[in-house]
Amino acid sequence: MCCPYNKRINMAKQPDIRELKNIAKEIRIEIVKMLSCAGSGHTGGSLSMVELLVGLYFYKFRCDPDEPFCNTRDIFILSKGHGCPALYAVLARMNFFNKDELCTLRKIGTRLQGHPQRGLPGIEISSGSLGQGLSIANGFALGARLNKDPKRIYCLMGDGELDEGQVWEAALTGAHYKLDNVCGIIDNNKFQIDGRVEDVKGLEPLKAKWQAFGWEVFEVDGHNVKEVVDAYDKAEKIKGKPSMILAHTVKGKGVSFFENKNKYHGVAPNKEELEKAVKELEMER
Amino acid sequence: MEIKMKATRDGFGEGLVELGQKRDDIVVLSADLTESTRAAWFKEKFPERFFSMGVSEQDMMGTAAGLALSGKVAFACTFGAFAAGRAWDQVRISLAYMKTNVKIAGTHGGISVGEDGPTHQANEELALMRILPNMTVIIPCDALEAKKATIASASYAGPVYLRLGRSGVPVITKEEDVFQIGKSFLLKEGSDVTIIACGVEVYEALLAHEALKKENISARVINLHTVKPIDKDAIIKAAKETGAIVTAEEHTVVGGMGSAVAEVVIQNHPVPMEFVGVKDRFGESGDPKELFKLFGLTSEDIVKAVKKVISRK
Repeated sequence: MCCPYNKRINMAKQPDIRELKNIAKEIRIEIVKMLSCAGSGHTGGSLSMVELLVGLYFYKFRCDPDEPFCNTRDIFILSKGHGCPALYAVLARMNFFNKDELCTLRKIGTRLQGHPQRGLPGIEISSGSLGQGLSIANGFALGARLNKDPKRIYCLMGDGELDEGQVWEAALTGAHYKLDNVCGIIDNNKFQIDGRVEDVKGLEPLKAKWQAFGWEVFEVDGHNVKEVVDAYDKAEKIKGKPSMILAHTVKGKGVSFFENKNKYHGVAPNKEELEKAVKELEMER
Repeated sequence: MEIKMKATRDGFGEGLVELGQKRDDIVVLSADLTESTRAAWFKEKFPERFFSMGVSEQDMMGTAAGLALSGKVAFACTFGAFAAGRAWDQVRISLAYMKTNVKIAGTHGGISVGEDGPTHQANEELALMRILPNMTVIIPCDALEAKKATIASASYAGPVYLRLGRSGVPVITKEEDVFQIGKSFLLKEGSDVTIIACGVEVYEALLAHEALKKENISARVINLHTVKPIDKDAIIKAAKETGAIVTAEEHTVVGGMGSAVAEVVIQNHPVPMEFVGVKDRFGESGDPKELFKLFGLTSEDIVKAVKKVISRK
C-alpha cells in the first residue's frame, strides 16, 4: 500500500542543506561516468539541472520507488528530455531501479533510452521533442483536480526549449485554469545548441514574460540548494495561479572545463576528461 | 426510398453524450471549434469535464495526454487538418509513442468541407496518422457508424484517430450492424471485382455496385472503416476471390487507405488495383457535390475504375 502523502521518502521536515549538497556532488559524478560509459549524450544540460532535481526529489517530492505509479504520487515531468542522465542518476539513487543499470544508458535493449521513455520506473512521460512537457503537466493538473487529488505536478524545461511555441500555449492554459498545483522549473543555463540563447533568439526579459502570462515567478540561483528548496516551499503556497521557478544555472556546472563550454551540449566526456572531471568533483566541498 | 442525410460529426456528438452519461472518466477538449466539432453537445451536459483550449492544437494534444495519464479517456476535438497536421509531432510523441488514451476527433475531413477551401479540407490525415506506430485510424461511413465508432474507441486502449465529416451523408448502416474496430464490413457480395471504400465513398461504392449490376458486373463492396489496424483477411480474401480491387476514399491516394490496401495486396496476393481518391493535389472551394465531380470521387468514377481494373485482369 503506497501512501506518499503521509510519508516523505528519504526526506526530513527541514531540508538538510549539507546533505543535499553532498548528494548533488555524487549525482554529478554518476552523470559524467554514465555519459562517458555511453560515449554520447548531453553533458552540459545534465550538469546544470542537478540541484533542481536534488532539491525536489530529496526534499519535497512525494513518491514511492516501490510503487512508482501509485495514485497518490507527485508528478515530475522532464520536458527537456536530453537532460535525462541527471534524472536517471537521481532515480537510481532513490532505488526506482538498480544503480547498475546506469551504465546501460543509450545501449541496445536498455530502459535508459537516449531520451526518457515511459516504462522506466519513475519516468512519467517520454520526452525529447522539446516543448511538450508543460502541456502534459497541465493535463495532469486538470486530471488531479477532477480526481480531487492533492498531488503537485513539476515540469522542468530548458531555456532554449522556450523557443517552442507550445510552451507559451501551455503558459496560457496554466494561467487560464489557475493551475496552482503546477510548478514549472526553467533550467536557465543561457545556452542552446547553436550558442548563447541571447544570440540564437533572445528570451529576455524572461521573468517579466512569465509574470505577464499570469504565473508567479521565483527567481533563484539554481545551484544554491537552499534557494532552490525555499522556492519549492514557496511555490506550494501559491494559490490561484501556477508557479515558475526561474533558476539561473551554469551549463556544465561542477567541472571547470565543461562550464559554459557549449561544445559539451551534446558531447560526452572521453576517458581522460572523465578522470579529470571526477577528480574535480570529488575535491569539491 | 428516401435516404436520411446526417453528418458523421453529428454521430460523434451523440456518441460523446452517451459516453458522458455512462462513464465518469470521459473528458473532452476542444480547440475553439466546439460547435463545429459537436463537442458542444458534451459541454452542455458535462461542463466540468469539458476543457476549452483555444486555438492551440499542439497544447490541446499534450493536455489531453496528461489527462489520459491521470486515468481519463480524453477526446481532443478540432478539424482534421489541424489535429493531424498542425499537431502531428505532439500526436507522434505525446500520444502514439506513449500510447496515451487520447481519442482524436478530426472533423471536417475531405473536400466535402466545401466552400472553406483547401486549408480546411483535410485530405492527408489518414496517411499522416496511419504511419504512426500504436495509432488506430477509423473513418466511419455514416452518422450511425460514427456514433458506434466513438463509443467503441473509448474502450479501445491507446490513441485513436476518428476521421469525421462536416456535410450530411446518407445513413446506410443499420442499428443492428456490428461495428468492430479493425474488422471490415461486407456490404455486397460480388465475384468480378471488389470495391473497398471508406467514409462517404462507401455510399458511392454502393451506387457503383448497382450501376455495375446492370452491366452484369458483380462487384463486392467492403466498408473498410478501420484503416489501421487493417483487416488483412478480408482484403486477401477479396483479392483471391475477385481478382481485382478498386479502392475509393475521400482522401489523397498518396499514402491513404488505398495505399494501405495495396501494401496488403502486393505482399500477399497481387492483383490489379485502381485508386479512386484525391490525386495528389490540394482541395478547393466550392459546393461539395460539384467538388466530388471535379475531383473524380463519384460513383461514376468508381464504375470507370472498375472497368479499367477488370480490363487489366
